Amino acid sequence: MKKLFQKNSETVNLNRRSFMIGSASAGLVMAFAPALFTGSLSAKESISQQAFSPTIWWTMGVNGEVEVSIAKAEMGQHIGTALARIVADELECDWDKVSITYVDTHEKWGYMVTGGSWSVFQSFKPLSQAGAAGRLALIDAGAKMLGVKPEQCIAQKGQIIAGGQSVSYADIVQKGEFNRTFTSEEVAQLPLKPANKRHLTGLNQDFKALDIPAKTNGTAVYGIDVEIEGMVYARPVIPPTRYGSKVTSVDDSGAKAIKGYRGFEILNDPSNTVEGWVVVLADNYHSAIKAVDALNVNYKVGNTAKVSEADIQAQGKKLCDDSASGTLFVDEGNTPKVLADAKNKFDATYTTATASHYQLEPLNAIAEFKDGNWIVHTGNQWQSLTLPALAKALDIEQNNIIIRPYYLGGGFGRRLFGDWTVPAALTAKAIGKPVKLVFTRADDSLFDQSRSASTAKLTASFSETGELSALEHAFAAGWPTKAMAPGFLAPGVDGNGKFDSFSASGADHWYSMSNHRARAINNELAQSTFTPGWLRSVGPGWIVWSLESFIDEIAHKQSVDPVKFRLSMLDGKGKQAGKAPESVGGARRLHDVLKKVSDKVSSIKLNENEGIGFSVSSGQERHMPAWIGTAAHVHVNKSDGKITLKKLYAVVDAGLIVHPDGALAQLEGSLLWGASMALHESNSYKNGQVAATNFNTYLPLRMQDVPEMDIEFVQSDEFPVGLGEPGVIGVAPAIGNAIFNAVGVRLRDLPMKPSAVLKGLKA
Amino acid sequence: MVTFTINGKVIESHASEDTPLLWVIRDEVGLKGTKFGCGIAMCGACTVHLDGQATRSCVLPIAAVAGKNITTIEGLNNEHPLQKAWVDEQVPQCGYCQSGQIMQAATLLAENPSPTDEEIVNHMNGNYCRCMAYKRIKSAIKRAADESQSAVQMFNPNEQDV
Repeated sequence: MKKLFQKNSETVNLNRRSFMIGSASAGLVMAFAPALFTGSLSAKESISQQAFSPTIWWTMGVNGEVEVSIAKAEMGQHIGTALARIVADELECDWDKVSITYVDTHEKWGYMVTGGSWSVFQSFKPLSQAGAAGRLALIDAGAKMLGVKPEQCIAQKGQIIAGGQSVSYADIVQKGEFNRTFTSEEVAQLPLKPANKRHLTGLNQDFKALDIPAKTNGTAVYGIDVEIEGMVYARPVIPPTRYGSKVTSVDDSGAKAIKGYRGFEILNDPSNTVEGWVVVLADNYHSAIKAVDALNVNYKVGNTAKVSEADIQAQGKKLCDDSASGTLFVDEGNTPKVLADAKNKFDATYTTATASHYQLEPLNAIAEFKDGNWIVHTGNQWQSLTLPALAKALDIEQNNIIIRPYYLGGGFGRRLFGDWTVPAALTAKAIGKPVKLVFTRADDSLFDQSRSASTAKLTASFSETGELSALEHAFAAGWPTKAMAPGFLAPGVDGNGKFDSFSASGADHWYSMSNHRARAINNELAQSTFTPGWLRSVGPGWIVWSLESFIDEIAHKQSVDPVKFRLSMLDGKGKQAGKAPESVGGARRLHDVLKKVSDKVSSIKLNENEGIGFSVSSGQERHMPAWIGTAAHVHVNKSDGKITLKKLYAVVDAGLIVHPDGALAQLEGSLLWGASMALHESNSYKNGQVAATNFNTYLPLRMQDVPEMDIEFVQSDEFPVGLGEPGVIGVAPAIGNAIFNAVGVRLRDLPMKPSAVLKGLKA
Repeated sequence: MVTFTINGKVIESHASEDTPLLWVIRDEVGLKGTKFGCGIAMCGACTVHLDGQATRSCVLPIAAVAGKNITTIEGLNNEHPLQKAWVDEQVPQCGYCQSGQIMQAATLLAENPSPTDEEIVNHMNGNYCRCMAYKRIKSAIKRAADESQSAVQMFNPNEQDV
């Protein structure tokens, strides 16, 4: 993830670009110019003559209206609102005049990915500076019009004010001349606003998301809503194994009776994104659904056709037990020696079941070839990963493909790598017509990039005086990054190969421990059976389940209060001190949110068979920690094992909160995701495919299961970090720890089931 | 051919009779606000009103709606108190389920102007929100109920007698 972030920021690296602010017929344009742009034209000439292809971050029209370009996917996080708000705060424009436009994948926008909870974190500085540069240019021009010096002026809500006189941005744009370039050095000098000057971002702000009205009246356009002249509807036939299946014969005699059926295509995919695929074509989607059901396809199946969930778990356990497996991710002190010498130690193994995305809008894409270019209409999170696969599949240059942006009916990581666009494009190419490929829910489930089942083994040793002396954490799963973006695998600290840092993050915790080892292991059986996916909260979502449960187990072993035990290790010393700008304060901030959340629940009177459990989390990664203390209040019914989650508490320190209501919505949703993963939803592999393929058997939390929630954000002026995922992480261990406190049963498998409670009660 | 009314407009559909209403609404009539989520009436994204009753259009064959009145999210004309409450409470995240949520909730308020929490849960439990904006869905329904109640009292106290 560090590597990705670095690579990502390089592509929009301000050191290699300069800002240009120039007049244009439409008003004022603020653009990033490539640094190598060394033409003799001025900013104004460059912009008005379109002498280069600038990345336009915002424009201001003649009435002072501001349009901000958004290069991120909107999937429920209201990202456009947050990013525009960052620009507007520095630009000092009137928020009522701000609008947003989502951009397509033209190369000028640089590397495009929306994920990892990175958007605000990564965009905050460059967008603040883009706004600040505009403000300075407007002050210069306004000062000229007012006949004063720029130093005498301030910018405020779309006005330049000097003493008793003022001029509006609209007037400046209409009459002023803009011709200003900020060199990369000047850009770097532009200071970010201090907290006390912010008036559009921060915890006291109350404003509404720009994308919400369209989502209440049916006008919001998702990928599935797009229609193209002359398009043909299509539905895939999902092969029996994700990899290695080959079509041997297709009998469509049954399908031919269906009105509107137009035949099928057997796909040949040079990118190997899909193997053994047949796509059925029809005049309407209902006929396509029926035709697939009526089709008889024979395969030579891939060699994972018999793999089961139990096989994957057994392999995970074997790997975790084998100390030679995997790659070291953390290696502090001398863990093997301390463990070997210790007289007192114990271990525990935790698992999580396969989990599915089930984003509510099933996968879909339209592919059309138009004027020499391929245009793909689809909601996608990681366009820069999808484009190379499409280019390879279609055997054309990547710059001949454009992915158009639409609202995503849920992303949650499933729409990162757009593997579903490849069969749409291949089918369109084969038939020479635009194709709208839509997956049914079952198709979507079978082609999901599941969150891999995982296994984690933790071993702790204790000194002669009974204190924790070493911790070893081995964890195995299928690795999304290995399957879909192997260039981003990271080298292990032991030099023993590479690992998926997204599937290891969270094991590099913020507790001070003198001997600590984390070993990331690829479960190659999971890896070969399906494409492991990034699912909201990714590695920390299952790694911290094992870590924070085990930390509780250690505390109970030592007869120490689990909160006090955690607080004692969150001292912020050494490598846990944190770094500027993203983790200033380090583990102390985690200490503080845990203290706050434990104080919050300290006076609750528990009824019989109730318990409160705690956890800390710092997702999504050490380079971008959102500090969260979570507490769960549960009741356990001892007769039937039923676990009732009564209330969740979270205290969150995520630095400056750009969009407070949006942040709260993300926390509400992510805490419930955590609860759903902990208690409700799971899938399982059976004969090489997931067994639950629709909402009748895959059962995320519904309204009846929603607990009360108490979410508190810490007032902070530190650098803002991402919040889309981290709230998920701490919920499952807090619930597991609460169950132990309620009835003395330690659950180690997700989801936690009543049957496991009953088994524990009998033990 | 099947004839029915949708949002007050008469439609003649030529789709085969087993075609679910959902696909006629979306791809023949061209109203895209009603969504496809599961195809088996388990998620509620496709909810519309059939003669005033909340109905899952993904499993309702077009033959069954002959002569009936269908209302979709577009038919609320952006005037339903729930739509305002949905904005006031900032309910939608991805928004994909929200047409169905609003259509489902509208039939609750039509029959029960001030539902309890339990009544809301019972009525709404069949509608999935994968972003899990459930807390706000519930509070928006209560807000719309409160505001509609006071609006009735203020503007037309004799409405029930009319």
